[in-house]
Amino acid sequence: MSEKIPVTVLTGYLGAGKTTLLNRILTEDHGKKFAVIVNEFGETGIDGDLVVGADEEVFEMNNGCICCTVRGDLIRILDGLMKRKGKFDAIIVETTGLADPAPVAQTFFVDQDVGDATKLDAVVTVTDAKWLTERLKDAPEAKNQIAFADVIILNKVDLVSAEELAEVEAAIRAINPYAKLHKTTRCELPIDQLLDRNAFDLDRILDIEPDFLESGHHHHHSDEVRSMSFTIPGDVDPDKFMPWINDISQAQGPNILRSKGILAFKDEPRRFVFQGVHMILDGDLQRDWKADETRNSRLVFIGRDLDESELRKGFLACAA
Amino acid sequence: MDTITKPVSLREHVVPIEVGAHVVAAHWLKSTLALALADGRVLRWRDGEAESVEPHAGGILSACTDGERLITGGDDGRVVATGAEGEPAEIAQDPKRRWIDAVTLSGSGSLAWNTGKTVHSRDDKGRVKSLDFVTTPQGLVFAPKGYRLAVAQMNGVSLWYPNTEAKPEFLEWKGSHLDVIWSPDGRFVVSSMQENALHGWRLGDKPTHMRMTGYPAKPRSLSWSHDGLWLASSGADAAIVWPFQGEGPTGKAPRECGARHAKVTRVAFHPKALVLAVGYDDGCILMIRLTDASELLVRPAIKGSGVTAFAWDKLGKRLAFGTEDGVAGVLTLPAG
Repeated sequence: MSEKIPVTVLTGYLGAGKTTLLNRILTEDHGKKFAVIVNEFGETGIDGDLVVGADEEVFEMNNGCICCTVRGDLIRILDGLMKRKGKFDAIIVETTGLADPAPVAQTFFVDQDVGDATKLDAVVTVTDAKWLTERLKDAPEAKNQIAFADVIILNKVDLVSAEELAEVEAAIRAINPYAKLHKTTRCELPIDQLLDRNAFDLDRILDIEPDFLESGHHHHHSDEVRSMSFTIPGDVDPDKFMPWINDISQAQGPNILRSKGILAFKDEPRRFVFQGVHMILDGDLQRDWKADETRNSRLVFIGRDLDESELRKGFLACAA
Repeated sequence: MDTITKPVSLREHVVPIEVGAHVVAAHWLKSTLALALADGRVLRWRDGEAESVEPHAGGILSACTDGERLITGGDDGRVVATGAEGEPAEIAQDPKRRWIDAVTLSGSGSLAWNTGKTVHSRDDKGRVKSLDFVTTPQGLVFAPKGYRLAVAQMNGVSLWYPNTEAKPEFLEWKGSHLDVIWSPDGRFVVSSMQENALHGWRLGDKPTHMRMTGYPAKPRSLSWSHDGLWLASSGADAAIVWPFQGEGPTGKAPRECGARHAKVTRVAFHPKALVLAVGYDDGCILMIRLTDASELLVRPAIKGSGVTAFAWDKLGKRLAFGTEDGVAGVLTLPAG
């Protein structure tokens, strides 16, 4: 099997600067060739490279999993692109401003042909410092895009005061403290901060500490999308944990946007690492715990209307 | 090899063809082999001589033939006909340059293709009818008789008479239908599905369903036997061959031919005998006789050289194949 082609998903609310970022990626002198899948072909003014128009056709897999939606057009386009291996080094998928990133991400886990040929590298979300606070109030899509992101570009920071910037940053962090956050004007940032992130690679989920150390106390009353993390200082019992996480994913999958975990299983020298998108869980025993690492078990959920105390109770009951 | 007895080899009867691009489809135009390639070229090969033309500026996504011309659909939004000789001729062009990933021909020369959510059908007199669908049309196939087109799409297959105003008949089955094939006697329509299954309908006043499940992967290659009694499919570690005698495969077990530790990617029945060519994702090609399951080796496994195309010539004397890494070959069956 040859090397899998990395795919970067670019999301962001209307007007946040997605096209600016895309053009920056494509024109910068990095020696890479991209295939770009855009949602409104011919209207974005993107040239060079291999540009393909997509129609964002989302469908529900007939596999009994109610939130298992995938992008049918993406499966077809990637199948076509894979016949032209060697013409490009990486793929960028641009979504519309109103798109839910979940079906795009799930496509890479659900479709075997897509998963064999490509790997989801990261979800990059472009946000507008001036308008995000407003959008978070009136647009659930904007919230989803923040919640889903591995990399967040807080753009147009030159248009806001330091106070407004702090406010919007706090709003982002309340939803997703784990993404890498870059503050930019005109999406100016080194491209290597966007590409080759390996955010979905189980081997690279080395650390799920928040990128942002929460200082003080945040109030989340108005934010139904937020993150939570739980830690068991020690081992968990896989015979308790596996059924529990499966049940939670089935029952609350529609509300869980992303999940990640690094766990110490009783009598198991290797770390168990998993990640999830809605109901879809992808997990494996990975490398050995190192001598200088504490065998802690940690779990992160980012989701909507999740019952934190219930989840905490459930997880803590999995302790070995 | 995982087979119990080492198959007898036909390897020395294979003439290799250097192609240099992923082979999307192979078809014989009488004695000329036409290979549709992912870099936009069509390579024509005849008695060891190869030359290529470039019907598409981008890549070729789909191809079909009537035995005279190779019709290709490309990512440049064009439908082009390439004969055994001469330059390619454009048949249609999408003004928005959208991908054309399905083309099909009928026995009488009608042609259909897709762009976006629209299907276009051109009858043998050149009249084009277009119909918009709610979900993206995927596989297309004409009925063996009459001007009727099957369109695979979300949650079912539409059967459309392009020359009538009647709303297409919709054969409903939840899920995403990819490729579609019509049985030679016109009684059955079978689709391959995103959900790793085949779904079939026995046509009639009240079409009945036939579920063919259990594949570990999508069965994207389908082939009818010459007598129309068997349907071979890819998508498993053996070719899965369903019996279509009488009422169809419901309640019957399929035959499994050529089980190996690799995934079958292409199948093609011989045009005159119950012999099946089976290509795998590891590059191996076997020829299997259905009557006694005997196997002949056509090509050994070659890493990264998965089989992507097959074409038997009309008389069944030669089998052409193509691979993902740009290699092709022609097997000439030894006489006698």
